[in-house]
Amino acid sequence: MDFYQRLMNLDRRWVYLVVGIAVIIPVLNPFRVPVYVTPEVEVIHDFVKNLKPGDILFLAIDYDPQAMAEVHPMAKAIMRQCFAKNVKLIISALSQNGPGMAEQLISEVAKEFNKKSGIDYCYLGYKPYPGIVILAMGQNFRIPFPTDYYGVPLDSLPMMRDVRNYDDVKAVIDISATNAADFWIINANGRYDVKLALGVTGVMTANYYPYLQSGQIFGLMGGLKGASEYEALSKQGDRAIKMMSIQTTAHIVIVLFIVAGNIGYFMSRKKKKQ
Amino acid sequence: MRREIPIAICFLAGIFYTLELFIPHRQVLSIFETVRQWAQILIAFAYVLAIANILRVNFHAIQKNQRDWPYKVVLIVSLFFMITLGIFFGGIGEGTIFDWVYYHAQYPLQSTMFALLAFFIASAAFRAFRIRTLEAALLAVTAVLVMIGRVPVGEELWNNFPDFTEWIMNVPQLAGKRAIMIGAALGAISTALKVLTGLERTYLGGE
Repeated sequence: MDFYQRLMNLDRRWVYLVVGIAVIIPVLNPFRVPVYVTPEVEVIHDFVKNLKPGDILFLAIDYDPQAMAEVHPMAKAIMRQCFAKNVKLIISALSQNGPGMAEQLISEVAKEFNKKSGIDYCYLGYKPYPGIVILAMGQNFRIPFPTDYYGVPLDSLPMMRDVRNYDDVKAVIDISATNAADFWIINANGRYDVKLALGVTGVMTANYYPYLQSGQIFGLMGGLKGASEYEALSKQGDRAIKMMSIQTTAHIVIVLFIVAGNIGYFMSRKKKKQ
Repeated sequence: MRREIPIAICFLAGIFYTLELFIPHRQVLSIFETVRQWAQILIAFAYVLAIANILRVNFHAIQKNQRDWPYKVVLIVSLFFMITLGIFFGGIGEGTIFDWVYYHAQYPLQSTMFALLAFFIASAAFRAFRIRTLEAALLAVTAVLVMIGRVPVGEELWNNFPDFTEWIMNVPQLAGKRAIMIGAALGAISTALKVLTGLERTYLGGE
């Protein structure tokens, strides 16, 4: 077996080793990479930036721990930006393991900005089957969530007294790693004309571009790159920006492997012909 | 009658929810809301049914000493462990044992599993993106361009690289995606109509 054939049939363990090294190096020797901002992220940032103190934004946390590295920084940056501007938040978690994610986020960021449950934010928690819950919230948040996550009736929360349904929030931003994003588009935007933006994982991003172009969502943050763009714009945190160096080296290594695999393929084919 | 009654229920329920879109009256909407709450209760029961099903399938595998049966023991023990913690040891809120196990076991385990994808994707990309045909060439070149364009190195190579990647995402990618979505939606509408009119009966079992 010559060099090119060996290259073409490289054992997958070598691939794993090289990817592992490529991921570890930027962790041990962090370096910053520039962040290019896309219009679909900028529009979300500008929307939140233009909210006034006292306005209410609905933040849907629909992801599990597995997608945390990509989408958690988005949720954190938005929450920080809102609390810094005294924008109130209604938060839901419609993915099975989402309540823990949302709780961790709230306890960290609310403490940082000294925000109180029921006054500055209302955490609704989890109810099964997002499609039905989203539809029901369109009539009244109290139908699926008579109490908040901590068991306090919504009517007794000061910030929820005059809040009935989506008409009383400026927009919904869904940070999602599940098909809950589809339910938000179909049931919240489609049925109630809710102003909606999405933050999704990298692999999901391509699925939602059609909704962006059709105007069903007004903004889209895709994966770690989207999160880093939002952090760069809002200047709230830099976790995703730091992690972009890891993603950059990983992408370069994968591209190099694709090129190497094809060089091996073409050269061994050429040799066979000769 | 064993078939006609479920078909009639399915037809009426389907028509009922279709009408909801055309009758925005408050009284009518409250009826729909009640039915929706019934659906949510049914879904909650479906979780119980799912647990029963998991137990049935996995106990059977353990009894028969099937391949990987120890993992099934771990699954069942973990299931009851978490249920017990949630119900009998202070609930699921912040600071509870359930919460601790969630953050110190499930959380890192799920993150690790997802992180492993990077290695599999790299290995799969290395093998799958061989330029054997014109279609494979298009796929490989587009993948490489988007991968470079989605990280800052793209902009370093060429100022307009990010814009070019955006164009790929917004024009050819979107056109293909939209075609697939429209096709799938038309298929879903036709299947829904077949179910409502009783032409499609596989959900009843058999046939």
